[in-house]
Amino acid sequence: MERPVLLEVRDLHVAFGESQILHGVSLDVRAGGITALLGRNGAGKTTTLRGLLGLVPRTGSVKLAGDELARLPAHLVIRAGIGYVPENRDVFGSLTVAENLRLAERPGATLRYAYVYELFPELRERAGQRAGTLSGGQQQMVALARAFLNAENRLMLVDEPTKGLSPLMVKRVADALRAAAAVTTVLLVEQNLSVASAVATDAIVIDQGRVTFTGRVADLIADRELARRHLGISGGAAH
Amino acid sequence: MTPPRTRALVLVVAVAVLAALPAFGITIPGLFDGPLGSPGTLNLLALCFVFGALALTYDLVFGFVGLLSFGHALYFALGAYVTAMLLARAHLPLPEALAITAVLALIVPCALGAVCLRVSGIPFAMVTLAFAEAGSILVLQNPYGLTGGEEGLPLDGSMLPAAFVGVVNTRNLYWLALVLLIVTYAVAYLAVNSPPGRVWQAIRENERRVEVIGLNPYLFKLGAFVLSAFLASAAGVVYLLLQGGANPGIASANFTLALLVMVVLGGVGTLWGAVLGGVAYEYLDFRLVALANAGVVQTLPAVLRVPLSEPLFILGALFVALVLFLPGGLGAALQRLGRPRRTANE
Amino acid sequence: MLLFVTGLGLGALYFLIAAGLSLIWGLMRVLNFAHASFFTVAAYLAWSASQHVPADAPGLRLIVSLAVGTAVGGAFAALTEIALIRPLYARPTGQILVTVGLALAALALVQGSYGSDPLQVTLPDALTKTTSLAGAAIPNSRLLVIGAATAVLGLLVFFLRKTRYGLIVRAGVENREMVTALGIDVQGAFTLVFVIGGMAAGLAGVLAGAYDGSIDPARGTAILIFAFIVVVIGGLGSVTGSAAAAVLVGELQQFLNFYAAAGVGDFAVVLLLAAVLLIRPGGFGGARA
Repeated sequence: MERPVLLEVRDLHVAFGESQILHGVSLDVRAGGITALLGRNGAGKTTTLRGLLGLVPRTGSVKLAGDELARLPAHLVIRAGIGYVPENRDVFGSLTVAENLRLAERPGATLRYAYVYELFPELRERAGQRAGTLSGGQQQMVALARAFLNAENRLMLVDEPTKGLSPLMVKRVADALRAAAAVTTVLLVEQNLSVASAVATDAIVIDQGRVTFTGRVADLIADRELARRHLGISGGAAH
Repeated sequence: MTPPRTRALVLVVAVAVLAALPAFGITIPGLFDGPLGSPGTLNLLALCFVFGALALTYDLVFGFVGLLSFGHALYFALGAYVTAMLLARAHLPLPEALAITAVLALIVPCALGAVCLRVSGIPFAMVTLAFAEAGSILVLQNPYGLTGGEEGLPLDGSMLPAAFVGVVNTRNLYWLALVLLIVTYAVAYLAVNSPPGRVWQAIRENERRVEVIGLNPYLFKLGAFVLSAFLASAAGVVYLLLQGGANPGIASANFTLALLVMVVLGGVGTLWGAVLGGVAYEYLDFRLVALANAGVVQTLPAVLRVPLSEPLFILGALFVALVLFLPGGLGAALQRLGRPRRTANE
Repeated sequence: MLLFVTGLGLGALYFLIAAGLSLIWGLMRVLNFAHASFFTVAAYLAWSASQHVPADAPGLRLIVSLAVGTAVGGAFAALTEIALIRPLYARPTGQILVTVGLALAALALVQGSYGSDPLQVTLPDALTKTTSLAGAAIPNSRLLVIGAATAVLGLLVFFLRKTRYGLIVRAGVENREMVTALGIDVQGAFTLVFVIGGMAAGLAGVLAGAYDGSIDPARGTAILIFAFIVVVIGGLGSVTGSAAAAVLVGELQQFLNFYAAAGVGDFAVVLLLAAVLLIRPGGFGGARA
């Protein structure tokens, strides 16, 4: 039984000044579960996320559940129901944890505070603490919580959430992602292959600004030749 | 693409015409009040040349190196005021006064530039503005009666060679201004097209890349800063001779902003565009006052008359329109009229 | 003591202008030279409005001036943001340039309409009198300015800490893109911040008239430069920082101008700016430059 396609990206081109970063990226993300966006350093994974959101100038088509978003300014693209967890977490250091969450609230949305605090009890304890004083792992929790908060979010874009975290934190993030997958769709950029293979079902590989592989994660990892060719490693090893 | 030889020819002809101007008796009504050779017109043209040269020096530092300095007028004022003070207060003859001014015109920008260039971007703009404002305050405060304060400092004619004194000799001053413009342009042109000049433009594009090559951007920026400041001081001296005195207006923040307007008006990063901007600005500043007093404007209703009587309003409004609609300035607009787009080698 | 309060009064004026500048600069990365125009135009239009009130009701005149000045400042700022700043979103240098042009044009317009000489402001009797504080006779006009600035400070802090838009502004000063990435339209915050700045500047324009007893076209630009200094020292985007820096600058200027010589204080403040910028390009407190 095929899950329906939730996100349809066609021919995404992104350029910075003279250099072309994305050369016509096209991909499908099926509803439900986690799709991993993989590739070497500098392949264009983060740019793909930012491009489809409209945070960088781009051309191409981006459809969420059939609605074309490419003409909209970035904040409206996100309002259409996307939660974004950027690569550097980008929590507002001068605001408290509670304020960070409050900022993420969408007017008229159903807010899942109970759910968020269940996943990350520390956030409730540290609600009044300035986010700049949190540890990396705690900041990651805030960043994830922001994307979880609005129940209407149909898609979560998560960029390298385990970067620089301790193994314990990595496990918690993986658990949180699995929990997310149960209620929404996640497009996950990850360098850490063991995390990606543990939580994701589908995989898309980007190399030098183009999509080079679409399929199941399990297939990619199992076939050593495939893994080496697309990811430059011998399958299963973390970055 | 016009070959360099043709361009050089055009330039030579233009210079020759300008040099011969004082001999012309023809009148161009509307453009100038009197015949071309008259002292009034020559004075105006000479001022235009000075401002063209000054705008050129600012284009060097802003257009080519990308340093947004809000304190450039300081060096122009330095040239004018130091020479004036040395002549009037210290009673030095002109050559000595010029020599001292030249030395100061090298030391001061070196010192200030060394300090300012430790930051870049908006902080740099702010420090330069701060120093310029300090200079302006210094001038207005009239310490020990040196600078003449609000009233300005008149030129002490007794210390000057006779050739520069008196209305009769306006043509000498006119030629002096023309020479200033030509020399400034030549120096700027050579500088921009030299290896350091290319580094300047590289710095404007991407400073990091210059560091990576192993060059020290700081020294190059300082060099450009000092060179343009020195040339600006030279312009200041000629201005002093032309105007017969120094006035505190040239040290004001407003004036540096006016410089900015001149360069953007003419086209940032094109040498001749800056000259055009400076000339246009000074000309408009002069003529708009006369225009405003002309019969036609006086009959307009107050709503229209008042704005049109204020040259700075028209310039400011023009500037705003330019930034919004014609980012390349007049220079770019003229270039687009037929000739293919040149690189910043002009 | 008198010096201290006068310095506070000066600082109060600086704060009113600096607060808006700081938010605009911190949130939008725009160096708004036109801020002086908000100040000046508001002061003059308020003056004109007050002339319609009979001269024997100076209290009413003052109230009218304050209301008109604040409103004009806000309106002018809104217009500027929408017509000039927004279209140049992609060109930050262009945005600064356009404020320069506007500043020149607005100043010229005011000079053309009203002349360059100062215009007298009639104050209600209460303001021309003095109050005795700690043995010194403090002119009430100074107290008014200080009071107004303190009230504005309180309002701004309340706005920033307790309202949603204030939250957006605080976050935006730190990381504009992330705010957009949360689905929030920063554009509205931009206009709001400009309007707030404009209103504060307009208020300052009228109050400066009360402070000096007259208004003139050059006052705005003169204050602006010191306001810039205050913004940098206090930290971009930090309202409380601006308040502290404003007091510092005002006091320094007053004391040095008095004890050393006129102008030395101004000079010293300018050098202080240079020093701060070289040690800490981001200023103290508040968001990064």
